[in-house]
Amino acid sequence: MIGLHDLVKISDYEWEIPKSFREDMRVPVRIFATRKLLEAVMDDRSLEQAVNTATLPGLVGHVLVMPDMHQGYGFPIGGVAATRYPEGVISPGGIGYDINCGVRLLASQISYDEVGEHLAALASAINHYCPSGVGTKGHVRVTDTELAQVCREGSKWALKQGYATEADLRRTEENGRLEGADPAKVSNRARERGRAQIGTLGAGNHFIEVDLIEHIYDSQAAQAMGLQEGNIAVQIHCGSRGFGHQICTDYVQEFQKAIQRYHIQLPDRELVCAPLSSPEGQNYLAAMRSAANYAFANRQVLAYYARKAFEEVLGGKVQHWQLFQVYDIAHNMGKIETHLVEGEEIKVCVHRKGATRAFGPGFEGLPLEYRKIGQPVLVPGSMGTASWLLVGTETSMARSFGSSCHGAGRVMSRAQAKKKIWGEDLRISLEAKGIHVKAGSMAGLAEEAPEAYKDVDDVVQTVCGAGIARKVARLVPVAVIKG
Amino acid sequence: MGYNKKALIDGVNGNTMQMQSAGFREIEHTADWEMQVWAPDFPGLLEQAALGMYALAGAQLAEKPRMKRTVQLSALDEESLLVSFLEELRYFGEMKGLAFDVFQIKVEGYQLDAELTGSALLSVDKEIKAVTFHNLTVRNTERGIEASVVFDV
Repeated sequence: MIGLHDLVKISDYEWEIPKSFREDMRVPVRIFATRKLLEAVMDDRSLEQAVNTATLPGLVGHVLVMPDMHQGYGFPIGGVAATRYPEGVISPGGIGYDINCGVRLLASQISYDEVGEHLAALASAINHYCPSGVGTKGHVRVTDTELAQVCREGSKWALKQGYATEADLRRTEENGRLEGADPAKVSNRARERGRAQIGTLGAGNHFIEVDLIEHIYDSQAAQAMGLQEGNIAVQIHCGSRGFGHQICTDYVQEFQKAIQRYHIQLPDRELVCAPLSSPEGQNYLAAMRSAANYAFANRQVLAYYARKAFEEVLGGKVQHWQLFQVYDIAHNMGKIETHLVEGEEIKVCVHRKGATRAFGPGFEGLPLEYRKIGQPVLVPGSMGTASWLLVGTETSMARSFGSSCHGAGRVMSRAQAKKKIWGEDLRISLEAKGIHVKAGSMAGLAEEAPEAYKDVDDVVQTVCGAGIARKVARLVPVAVIKG
Repeated sequence: MGYNKKALIDGVNGNTMQMQSAGFREIEHTADWEMQVWAPDFPGLLEQAALGMYALAGAQLAEKPRMKRTVQLSALDEESLLVSFLEELRYFGEMKGLAFDVFQIKVEGYQLDAELTGSALLSVDKEIKAVTFHNLTVRNTERGIEASVVFDV
């Protein structure tokens, strides 16, 4: 078990586990956290998992851990690891089962005062159009050929089908389409699971939330994004559903053999990996990118249906009811990027598992209107608490492979949460705070209670204190739809 | 018709002394679900892991009609076989709407032949999205063998 005494304090917001801590570590672990946030994870295996991650072949720099960290499987949630391309490895478990799980933020010119009386109807309409819950099937069914198009084209497929606008794509990470996807590297079983789930939210911690922009901290950035205090926004949190899960399952199983073939020793079999240059590594990259594109298309279709719900409820009653896209970003992904490491510009595969890309100002992949302010970073809080909109900084490029936190981070197990909290009591208390709730199951609601998570404000304060992100706006929920 | 959810807490699946040598119980995990499972032998471990997974998910089965399915799997080792078997059951549940409560399992080397009896899966409280290899080791103990399985939920 790793204790606080094993960590070297770098600053109030940064700690290090030196490479000498365990002899199989290839790089040190750098943790972005306050003492309070660190103490919250001392009883789980987050730090042990970060140390395990530091044993992957081909790592460069540090393994990084974000302040919303918690125990996962293989990598900790909140983990970032960069391996040299193409000599280093890629680890499917280091990207996660829900490939390109991410968040989309839509905003509006609708004031809270205008929408207040319609909120209950709005929550019901979103719940109707955006199916959520266990094993859900959506309004969109695709054939195998169409699914292959989704895999190759991502949000561009959604644009061709009328589910997106050009502006949506411009304001999506990678324009909603990763190059190099190959559906032929995806199993039949994954395709079977994926065909009926486009446009569905699923269960677990996925949600759609209607928010009020409570406070703006950076008026220049907010203006570039079209945000105004007191207006309504919508967050969509979900990923590649059963499609991505099956791809990860298939390759974690296949890579059990690959680590023998390439003589790779690992402390945890969930960390299995293969050289990026190997056929196994290349096949996984092509399959992972297919799932990433599926997830971009999925959130795009959900955005289309959220807009439909807004039109149905607010059309003719509110003057400007339209939702426009602020940004869409992944927080479970492997990307080939160029970073400056120890004075050398090198190509790396950045694994982000429960961590968000947070590129600073000037990045060419950003839409023109965001290039001066940096890439938007979406940090949803726990249900019923605040969420944050941040932007990446020059420091994030230098210190964290252009990465930041992705949420509040669990602190209580699901089993504990269900023992301590009754879903129905929670629903009543949220409604008393003016938050409308639509939930697939009361047990599921209890598991996602605010008490089960860290304080998102502390998490955001930490990344901003460390300089790897900057505050733009704080949002508070007024309606929550979850599976 | 449901599975023995109580066993997740008290670690005893069944009432007889014989059954107490095999069972499963839930272990606290911050974000996902972890289950300890034990049995006198490996086929028994697979059966308990299946019953435990269904209990964790809160699966409810139809009384009738009963149906049988056969499953053949081969794997690299016991851990891979355990993950493949649970994944197979997860797939039957999600894509075919079936769950099982009677298991006849033969394992030779790392090859599995199983006849599964069950019925339509009416509902689950919680979706198990994947079975992981995290810290997974099938190990010998005084009472037989055991393993801890982490599920992505």
